[in-house]
Amino acid sequence: MRKGRLTVAEWAIQTTNLTRKFGDFTAVDNISFEVEQGEIFGFLGANGAGKTTAMKMLTGLLIPTSGEATVSGRNVYTQAESIKKNIGYMSQKFSLYDDLTVEENIRFYGGIYGISGEILLQKINEIVQATDLSEVRKTLVKSLPIGWKQKLAFSIAILHQPKIVFLDEPTGGVDPVTRRQFWEKIYEVADQGITVFVTTHYMDEAEYCDRISIMVDGRIDALGSPQKLKEEFEAPYIEDVFIQLARSAERGDG
Amino acid sequence: MNSFRGFVIKEFKQIYRDKRTLTVLFGMPVIMMVLFGFAIRNEINSAQIGILDLSKDEVTRTITEKLEASESFQVKAYLRSYDEVENLFRKGDIKEIVVFEQDFKEKLVREHTANVQIITDATDPNLANLVQSYTASIIRDYVKELNTENQVQQAGINPKVRMMYNPELRSVNLFVPGLIAVILMLVSTLMTSISITREKEMGNMEILLVSPLKPHHIIIGKVLPYLVLSVVNVITILLLARFIFNVPFQGSHLLFFIESGIFILAALALGVFISSAANNQQTAMMVSLAGLLLPTVLLSGFIFPISSMPVPLQWISHLIPAKWFLIIVRGIMLKGSEFLLIWKETLIMGGMTVFFITLSLKKFKVRLQ
Amino acid sequence: MNIIRVLLRKEFLQVFRNKAMLPILFVMPIIQLLVLSFAATYELKEVDFALIDRDNSNLSRELTAKFQSTDYFKLELETYDQKAAMGAMDAGKVNMVIKIPRDFEMNLKKGAQAEIQLLIDAVDGSTAGLIQSYSASILNDLNLEKLTELRVLSNSPEVREAKTINIIPQNWYNPDLDYITYMVPGILVVLVSMIGLFLSGMNIVREQEIGTIEQLNVTPIGKSQFMIGKLLPFWIIGMVDLLIGLALARYGFNISFLGSLTLILVVAGIYLVVIQSLGLLISTVTHTQQQAMFIAWFIMVVFILMGGLFTPIESMPGWAQDLTLANPVAYFIKMMRMVLLKGAGWAEIQAMVYGLIGMGAGLLIISTKRYRKTNH
Repeated sequence: MRKGRLTVAEWAIQTTNLTRKFGDFTAVDNISFEVEQGEIFGFLGANGAGKTTAMKMLTGLLIPTSGEATVSGRNVYTQAESIKKNIGYMSQKFSLYDDLTVEENIRFYGGIYGISGEILLQKINEIVQATDLSEVRKTLVKSLPIGWKQKLAFSIAILHQPKIVFLDEPTGGVDPVTRRQFWEKIYEVADQGITVFVTTHYMDEAEYCDRISIMVDGRIDALGSPQKLKEEFEAPYIEDVFIQLARSAERGDG
Repeated sequence: MNSFRGFVIKEFKQIYRDKRTLTVLFGMPVIMMVLFGFAIRNEINSAQIGILDLSKDEVTRTITEKLEASESFQVKAYLRSYDEVENLFRKGDIKEIVVFEQDFKEKLVREHTANVQIITDATDPNLANLVQSYTASIIRDYVKELNTENQVQQAGINPKVRMMYNPELRSVNLFVPGLIAVILMLVSTLMTSISITREKEMGNMEILLVSPLKPHHIIIGKVLPYLVLSVVNVITILLLARFIFNVPFQGSHLLFFIESGIFILAALALGVFISSAANNQQTAMMVSLAGLLLPTVLLSGFIFPISSMPVPLQWISHLIPAKWFLIIVRGIMLKGSEFLLIWKETLIMGGMTVFFITLSLKKFKVRLQ
Repeated sequence: MNIIRVLLRKEFLQVFRNKAMLPILFVMPIIQLLVLSFAATYELKEVDFALIDRDNSNLSRELTAKFQSTDYFKLELETYDQKAAMGAMDAGKVNMVIKIPRDFEMNLKKGAQAEIQLLIDAVDGSTAGLIQSYSASILNDLNLEKLTELRVLSNSPEVREAKTINIIPQNWYNPDLDYITYMVPGILVVLVSMIGLFLSGMNIVREQEIGTIEQLNVTPIGKSQFMIGKLLPFWIIGMVDLLIGLALARYGFNISFLGSLTLILVVAGIYLVVIQSLGLLISTVTHTQQQAMFIAWFIMVVFILMGGLFTPIESMPGWAQDLTLANPVAYFIKMMRMVLLKGAGWAEIQAMVYGLIGMGAGLLIISTKRYRKTNH
């Protein structure tokens, strides 16, 4: 577990009855929760439960159908562009450019966030060192193993020092050791005061979070610290909590 | 056999669900027919001309009226001096200026001959030729009339021209066979190659190969929907051509469909071949479009006559299956050719088809290894 | 401004690193230019004909010789059998059959009509038309010669009074009726359009397909910055291609440019933006690269066909000519020809330029509106 946490009055993320419908289909159904600054918040759920849709609304990629949400105090309906200045994002597919080198990817995204000149060069070196990719800094990303792409994508997501970073299934497809190492990095980042909002379907990763929520059929059916939920559902592992909830689910491969 | 059927059904479903591409695939032959039937032609519909009459007598006025009355021309300018010619041409709309010399009628009466200058804007040589020859024929008709009026028998060489196979010189008759070839190439080659490379890109190809389906099953399954689509397209074009545009069909329908079948097979085989050489859809598309379709449109005799091309290009045109197909189809449709007349071309086209099929099967198998 | 530089850098890196792309961008247009220019011509090079000469007189032999003395008429078959001659045409061996009847020379000397039959393979209407007009002028020349001789020699009033009008053709700007001079500017337009349309449009769709576009949508990057970043690289490449093409036209094909090169480049710049905006618009309505490519290709083919490249706009029916007003390709082809080949200046083309600007603005506005970083 981590040590030390900063608490501030303002919520990092706050939603009230956040809903998103696609025609008749309700992907996200009236979810309400808050995330404190500096927290590591795990957003769990089966495939198809609505996690990615919810995340898209919080990152300004999708407008909600109804309900309210603020990210860093900014309204997702009206201040989407302002939100984007202060958040980082790492998607499921990592979204690195395969045909650019490690360095070129960093330079590109750095430039997008307005970093240039000396500072940018410094940043590139920093990241390359920190991720242990010095040997391959001039290699095309497409030849890198998936674990290295993961590290790189994460570093790029926080390169501009955002207050909140959103991670969408960041550990898909890597072995347990690499996953563990990745979470070490998440801890480091949280220790610096950055809020981490991470979706995952790996239940063991739930244990690493300060608080988690479990989505089922678009609703949040469980919310709280891992410890609290285990007590509530009388389960030894989060996985069991999840299975209990998933049994009643209609959607997904639960 | 069941797995094959299931595979074919899936292929049909996938195609059917892509409504946008489907619209283009069905809509295109129709739109092309409309364009080539109504709009793309080499006849003059309404060319703007100008007249510089330095004589202004009865004769020149009569000829001017004839030009004005002609449906092919619109007399938009009556010049006063030679200097105006350049300006008019530069503005871009006037294509020809007819200049009657001074004392035209007098010269005609006294010296029996007078001069008319036909100045054309020859930036478009084709148009210039057309406009000039239309004008010349109007003037020559007038001369005939004049001589007949004066009861002077028209002495001299009198050519009687008969246009064979296409008496009205309709461009659409020329284009329809070519259009069939182009559409077939598009649907059979392009779509097939994209369809197969898409499976490769998505990674589904491996799954297919591990299944009980044999390689040639996969190819046939991929190709079958486009074969059907091609036949539908050909029939559509033929019906439109026949009933809306009155394109003649003198020869045997059976022969036509057999020959088309051979050509479709060649096109499909090329599609398979391209897909086995290309790794992703973009490459397949570029190769099909730029490497195959463009040469087919340009070098097969579709629009431009092969005999007009420089010799090296004429040689290259021999390699294009569509060129042989065009000769065959034009023969059947416009000349009523029987097999005896086109057996040579059929043999060549058939040979190419067999060659492409063998090549593509081989390449496909190698790729799998 | 910096962000645009960053975007440009990325695009150029990706384009030049793509080994398959480089030849497509630079080599293919040149090959297309060469092939298209040489292939796209109606020039009569060779006309094979069959001769059925039942007169066998001095005149008929002179006539045949006159045909053969040209560079293109070639006597392939001489026969008395009509069927054989027609069979040769059916088989495509000859394009024309000349039939000279028995009393040909006698009729002419008498001062009567001397008929001669020309049967022309009219499958290709324009070639047939050309064959007819060339033949007519050869016969006309011969006719004039003979009549003049006759007039001097003959006493018959019919012959003496016969009127003729002498038609003197003059071809301006292209006296040799050279097709290449005419086609090349138009072909350059086509090439530049393909690059502008396909590459811009497909590029965006490709990022959509891969998913990197989401990563960009999440950043504070502005919509207009994104669009400029996508369009500018290919605008530059398109202009470069045009310059290469123009150089080839000038020094390779020896086409003289009568008008201002600067004017052409300015118009080209505007035109490219119009075409790219069209590509942009297409990318906002399609989901896959295949669809984008297909629709773009289809639209381009229609525009080119209706743009007066291969067949003259003057040949089209009224409604089709009206449609040309909405066809940017037609505008640019016309302007290229007017400026380069006839030396037209700003005055003559300004209306069309304004038209292009209007189209570009319209397309850009619509596609910018359609493209959303945040979906509703």
